[in-house]
Amino acid sequence: MSEFVSDGWALIGRHLRHIARVPQKLLSVTIMPVAFVLAFGYVLGSAMEVPGVEYREYFMAGVFTQVMVAGMTSTGVGVCEDLGNGLMDRFRSLPMSRSAVLIGRTVSDLLLSAIACVVMSVVGFAIGWRIHTGFWSALGGFALLLLLGFVAIWGGALLGLALRNAEAVSSLGFVIVMPFMFLSSAFVPLNGLPHWLREVAKWNPLSAVTDSCRELWGNETTAAGTGFPAEHPGTVALVVLVAMFLIIVPMAVRSFGKATAR
Amino acid sequence: MEYAIEAEGLSKSYGNHQALKDLTMSVPTGSILGLLGPNGCGKTTTVRCLTTLLKPDSGRARIAGLDVVEQPKEVRRRIGLAGQYAAVDERLTGLENLRLIGTLYHLGRKTVHSRVDDLLERFDLTEAAHRQVKTYSGGMRRRLDLAASLLADPAVVFLDEPTTGLDLPNRIAMWELVREQAAKGATVLLTTQYLEEADQLADRIVVLAKGEVIAEGTPDELKASVGGERLEVTVEDASRAEAVAKALTDWGVGTATVGEGGRRVSVPVDAGMEAVASAVAALKGEGSRITDFSLRKPTLDDVFLSLTGHDAGAPDAASDPGTEES
Repeated sequence: MSEFVSDGWALIGRHLRHIARVPQKLLSVTIMPVAFVLAFGYVLGSAMEVPGVEYREYFMAGVFTQVMVAGMTSTGVGVCEDLGNGLMDRFRSLPMSRSAVLIGRTVSDLLLSAIACVVMSVVGFAIGWRIHTGFWSALGGFALLLLLGFVAIWGGALLGLALRNAEAVSSLGFVIVMPFMFLSSAFVPLNGLPHWLREVAKWNPLSAVTDSCRELWGNETTAAGTGFPAEHPGTVALVVLVAMFLIIVPMAVRSFGKATAR
Repeated sequence: MEYAIEAEGLSKSYGNHQALKDLTMSVPTGSILGLLGPNGCGKTTTVRCLTTLLKPDSGRARIAGLDVVEQPKEVRRRIGLAGQYAAVDERLTGLENLRLIGTLYHLGRKTVHSRVDDLLERFDLTEAAHRQVKTYSGGMRRRLDLAASLLADPAVVFLDEPTTGLDLPNRIAMWELVREQAAKGATVLLTTQYLEEADQLADRIVVLAKGEVIAEGTPDELKASVGGERLEVTVEDASRAEAVAKALTDWGVGTATVGEGGRRVSVPVDAGMEAVASAVAALKGEGSRITDFSLRKPTLDDVFLSLTGHDAGAPDAASDPGTEES
């Protein structure tokens, strides 16, 4: 166990040095989220009317969610790069913990997601978004977002290990994320959807995460409807995310063993 | 005799392609084995099986007496691996790379720091220690890679084509480092495509072709089997070739043969400089115009030709001295 921790820590250190030395990595977690906040805040925000809701209050939780999910692709691409050079063979020839390699990558990518959250919060604040609740409640919202981010990152790692090709990861990642993103309450209220589609969208974990964040931050929400997911978004979000995590992580660890044994 | 590496009937297939067929070999502790063969002959597959990276389909292998399939972690504590490409992290400095690998070997902080400093010094990387590896030259990367494989002072070192792509000075420097390691008591398995490299370094050579061992022996034994150095003489006028061959043979240089194309006369020169002197005298006496005169060391092609009997595209397989009495 202590080996697992020290190996994981050493490899997290490796990735943190990368973040400091590869400017693109920092740009991807700063420029892109800022662009999203501004685009939704000013471009879409000026055209969107959600009845009874101040849109700048409404969309921020959605942007946070989207950026967390986007972490999937960059992790998947990074895993493909790692597999492509001889470093994986070297790690596997060492008497170290195997899963530490994946821990190193996923934990440091989670740190990038956290940095993105901080940057977006600052920009959001500048354009008028506020958290109206207390400290713990605010923290709870961010914790839920990071849990979503971590699940997405492990999903990306699994995708990278299964496909072993960076381009395939980016395109398939997009195909997987898009329907989840649009069939959710991240940017638009679900009231306008046809009945059956609304039921699907309600159970979408991204809807649950966004609505929980709105609730926890005291932002205006449109989730107030009927049905279990609308009334208990936090419970749905937690249960679904933890379940996904428990399925994805062992799968990723297993395919790591397989992918590198060629 | 004690063996650091023992393989018995190792086989491995990828789909329909059989990469290793029933490979059996043993390497005495403290010696250098050269695993020689062309691309795709199974050298890397062998190394991957022996270093626990790949599970063989059948057969057994033991490193320092430990089974690679049953006790992989124990095996990994005792081996060092340097692969075909320098497996180092480009974004880290040389020092950081070595410290990371040392930490993952669980050597303890103090040991890691002192070992890393020693190796940087020995491999002439101290000055570059704080630069990112992406600024290193090819030779420096390979040295760093080799240093990383030696961090735990492993009993058995695997070097998969350690000098491929290096220029001569760097290659010679690598050879020196490999020899030093063996002198310190480590067992080294080195794969190479170059007969000369195996000749320079290895105590014994195993020749692989299509996943099978086709020959085994000391470098001298192997070279003797292909007839050592050859002298090649090209005559200007093809009609004179037979006469030149006869003159060389008569002067006692060796049994000379005329290659396909009819202008190149080839003769084994096992006797060294004396044979070259006799050849010059013979050619002077004969009087034909010579356009080219060269000494050629046996190449891997020659070894293959004589061992497999396959025509690898070389014209004079039948007249190869390895298959003749001379």
